[in-house]
Amino acid sequence: MEINRKNKLLIGLVTVAAVLVGKLFYIQCINGEYKVNADNNSMVYDYIYPPRGVIYDRNGEILVGNKVCYDILVTPKEVQEFDTLALANALCIPDSLVRSKMEYYRKNRKSIGFRTLPFLKQVSSEVYMRFAEEEYRYPGFSSQVRSVREYPFNAGGNLLGYISEVNANDIKKHPEYKSGDYIGKTGLEAAREADLRGEKGYHIYLRDSRNRVQSSYMNGEHDKPAMPGHDIITTIDAHLQQYGQQLMEGKTGSVVAIEPSTGEILAMVSSPGIDVEVLSDIGKYYGEIAKNPRKPMFNRTVMASYPPGSVFKLVNGLIGLQEGVLVPSNSYPCNGGYAYSSSRKLGCHAHSSPLAFRDAIATSCNGYFCYVLRNVLENKKYGSIQEAFDVWREYVLSFGFGHKLGSDFPSELGGNIPTSNFYDRIYRKRWKFPTIVSLSIGQGEIGATPLQIANLAAIMANRGYYYIPHLVKDSEGIEIDPKYHERQYTKVDTTHFAVAVEGMYMAVNGGGSAGGTAFRAAIPGLEVCGKTGTAQNPHGKDNSVFICFAPKDNPKIAVAAYVENAGFGATWALPVASLMLEKYLNGEICEERKPMEDRMLETKFF
Amino acid sequence: MNQANRLDRGLKQTVDWRLVGIYIALVFIGWINIYASVHSSEPSSIFDLSCRSGKQFIWMITAFIIAAVILFALNPHYWEVSALPLYLVVTALLVLVIFVSKDVKGSHSWFELGPVKFQPAELSKISTSLLLATVLSKMNRPLNRFVDVLRIAPIILLPMLIIVAESETGSALVYVGFIFVLYREGLSGWYLTLIGAAIVVFILTLVSNWWISIIVCTSVAAAFLIWTFIHYRKRSKTGRRVWIRNIILSYIGAIALVFATDFLFHNVLQDHQRSRIEVLLGLKDDPSGVGYNVRQSMIAIGSGGLTGKGFLGGTQTAYGFVPEQSTDFIFCTVGEEWGFVGCLLVVVLYCLLIGWIIQDADKSRESFTRIYGYCLASCLFMHLFINIGMTIGLMPVIGIPLPLLSYGGSSLWTFTAMLFIFIALNRQENKYF
Repeated sequence: MEINRKNKLLIGLVTVAAVLVGKLFYIQCINGEYKVNADNNSMVYDYIYPPRGVIYDRNGEILVGNKVCYDILVTPKEVQEFDTLALANALCIPDSLVRSKMEYYRKNRKSIGFRTLPFLKQVSSEVYMRFAEEEYRYPGFSSQVRSVREYPFNAGGNLLGYISEVNANDIKKHPEYKSGDYIGKTGLEAAREADLRGEKGYHIYLRDSRNRVQSSYMNGEHDKPAMPGHDIITTIDAHLQQYGQQLMEGKTGSVVAIEPSTGEILAMVSSPGIDVEVLSDIGKYYGEIAKNPRKPMFNRTVMASYPPGSVFKLVNGLIGLQEGVLVPSNSYPCNGGYAYSSSRKLGCHAHSSPLAFRDAIATSCNGYFCYVLRNVLENKKYGSIQEAFDVWREYVLSFGFGHKLGSDFPSELGGNIPTSNFYDRIYRKRWKFPTIVSLSIGQGEIGATPLQIANLAAIMANRGYYYIPHLVKDSEGIEIDPKYHERQYTKVDTTHFAVAVEGMYMAVNGGGSAGGTAFRAAIPGLEVCGKTGTAQNPHGKDNSVFICFAPKDNPKIAVAAYVENAGFGATWALPVASLMLEKYLNGEICEERKPMEDRMLETKFF
Repeated sequence: MNQANRLDRGLKQTVDWRLVGIYIALVFIGWINIYASVHSSEPSSIFDLSCRSGKQFIWMITAFIIAAVILFALNPHYWEVSALPLYLVVTALLVLVIFVSKDVKGSHSWFELGPVKFQPAELSKISTSLLLATVLSKMNRPLNRFVDVLRIAPIILLPMLIIVAESETGSALVYVGFIFVLYREGLSGWYLTLIGAAIVVFILTLVSNWWISIIVCTSVAAAFLIWTFIHYRKRSKTGRRVWIRNIILSYIGAIALVFATDFLFHNVLQDHQRSRIEVLLGLKDDPSGVGYNVRQSMIAIGSGGLTGKGFLGGTQTAYGFVPEQSTDFIFCTVGEEWGFVGCLLVVVLYCLLIGWIIQDADKSRESFTRIYGYCLASCLFMHLFINIGMTIGLMPVIGIPLPLLSYGGSSLWTFTAMLFIFIALNRQENKYF
């Protein structure tokens, strides 16, 4: 045969074919290993689910724990005839449910094939024991240990969040999850999913061609133990959180408490919230919760954007001091308000006049802060009101407003502080201080989340800086972002804060007769500083706001309460916040304030 | 001689009926094995349209119609004329599919029109073959100049790269087979040797380590150099120079590859591709993933023994352990139910088909027909080798079908069309010469 290229290629073809045939001959006719293997070749994976990490509070109390339960599984292909009634009784479910499930498997046998499906999920230990005794009577049925979440404290569903089985979307986003796995959907469960989830393990068994389990595959060499999830320690104080929930029951709003010296969030209550009872079986209640017009799933502490009201006067006053357009001894007349045009007046309430800065804070004088903001915005230093406004805005942002604070809690929103462009667009560049006079007293186009308002309380407590509020502490195996340990300074010098804090002290301790708006927040034996706020609400009754911290020197806690549609800040938000303060610092409520506590616990708006 | 008469005589004598016979035999073998592979999970008739054998029956009937149309209704001359437009349209489709297709196991290569699914990468085999044949035949000289190779290469590389971008690396590998066509048309044997050597060096470096590879490369290069000096002692100086130059260049390339292996393996290959190669080379035991699949596949084939367990007698398929049982792993069913005898028959049928195509092509006086025939043979060969190699652990797991046997309309139609275009071209020639 001639050795041309055609024949070389043909020789190549025959050689390759010979290699294929040779290997086929080897595995089919010479090596017996494969025939033996054919008899017990099917590997069965028996998955071991890890327990999810436990969530602790700052004092070692368990907020979220685990409870053992069982999933009953079925492999429809292997099921033989059985007494449906007996199985139904063993599992405490109606006979009709068993029948309908079996009918479903029969109808879908093609698509199910040899797969094993969950028959009944989250069966309690007692029911499982009864089933296990009779399990041999139901070939094709088996069981699997799972764990469900357990909540010793009612520490708030929105804060803790819930877990549920992954859906198609989750699997798409995180391919490492398999159908049937759980994933944290909201709250801390979602924020710390990577730490909490742990790693699934498995045993591998061999099955013969008649589907009997023969032995462990390679003596378990390839088995993988389940790795339990990491526990996490939160900054929450379980008792304080629970107390906050009780105080807010029946009211719409939020309470946030922060430890100013660390930025650790001590309590974070959004009301109405989801009860922890509901959390472990969220699927059952989901429809009901979603339909509730008060939106319990909506976490007001980080997602609601409210006008901050009079507490914002602190910010405006401090900016005025820093800009040099105000010195603490300046006093402005307030004849029942500030007249910003010949016919219009921003009203105020009765108090002595004229006032200096400290007392203007203590009495929350509207007129005073209109003068302050006017002086800031009409400062000759700046060419236009737009320029001055943007300078003012930069100051406000440095207080943590108008942007996400960057806490470790998911779905945090940033509130809103408008820019000068915003007003240019609305008023076609023709706007002056009177146009935006309501910003002086924390009304108008500004929005802040309760977390941001609580952060303002922490800034006041620290005299000029804050730590980014956060919920998870450093613990073994978990290191939080170093940014949570860094001081965030505002653009106002810390020296200016003393007089503002004095004002907050006077608001509480100056005595009602002197016009202090927050005298009810005084707690015997504690130096409480506070500032009330009442934010006008276009949708109904005013919202009530209160921020406070204590003790005055070396503060241990800063609290902000925001109660929607509840009227004056002094009426509702103040008691809630100050009771939280007292509970945390003293552990109990003193005799003379008991009536206030009772009134808060008993009053429910819905 | 009247027209009808000539056509009658023509059909009998001009169509290569051997190819048609093997084609029909393979398609039927595929069909009954598809039935066997789905039978155990859902017993029903082979014609049951809800199961794969029933659907395959429809694909078969339509494929026969396609074959008849190509053979009798279309003028074979048009293939040459339409090669370029066809190539451009198919290339456009290849790009388009990346953007409009759904993600199927990570790859973007299927058009979906209602119930009909279609992979343009399949069509591209035909259009690339046609264009390659057109351009090469017009060139009308042996392909031994480097400039010519550079001009031809983009025709093959363009669709290949787009298909890689569709994440169908397996399908793209088939295009490597076109090097055999170029070799037949005059490409230097060095290219084939280099590709072979590169694969050997790559694998050697993976299974051992870099310094062993370098020692081996150095000794091989040295041996060749010595051989060159002895062989050309008394012969032409130019011949010796070419050899020495090529050996040195290859040696440098080999050393570079040794050091690039680690990077290529860990940074260029995707995870699943890497793990398939690791499993094949025994570097990693992966009982849950690829390793398990290949093991199951080999157990199924091995358990067939010499004569197999008989039609529908397979037990390994009973629990659906072998993945893609009716598509990419159809050969497992052949192995299990028909044993070594059945496997041998299938391999021999393929070899005859490819061999006879090469024979017909080589005899042809039209270089277009010859080149196209080699293209067809190369595609068949690559599919055969990769697919069967994969099921018996000789190749990494690469998801491409076994031509004519695997379940699926897209693949069956393509190979039918491709084969019958050749039969029609060949017939045309037999008519007039």
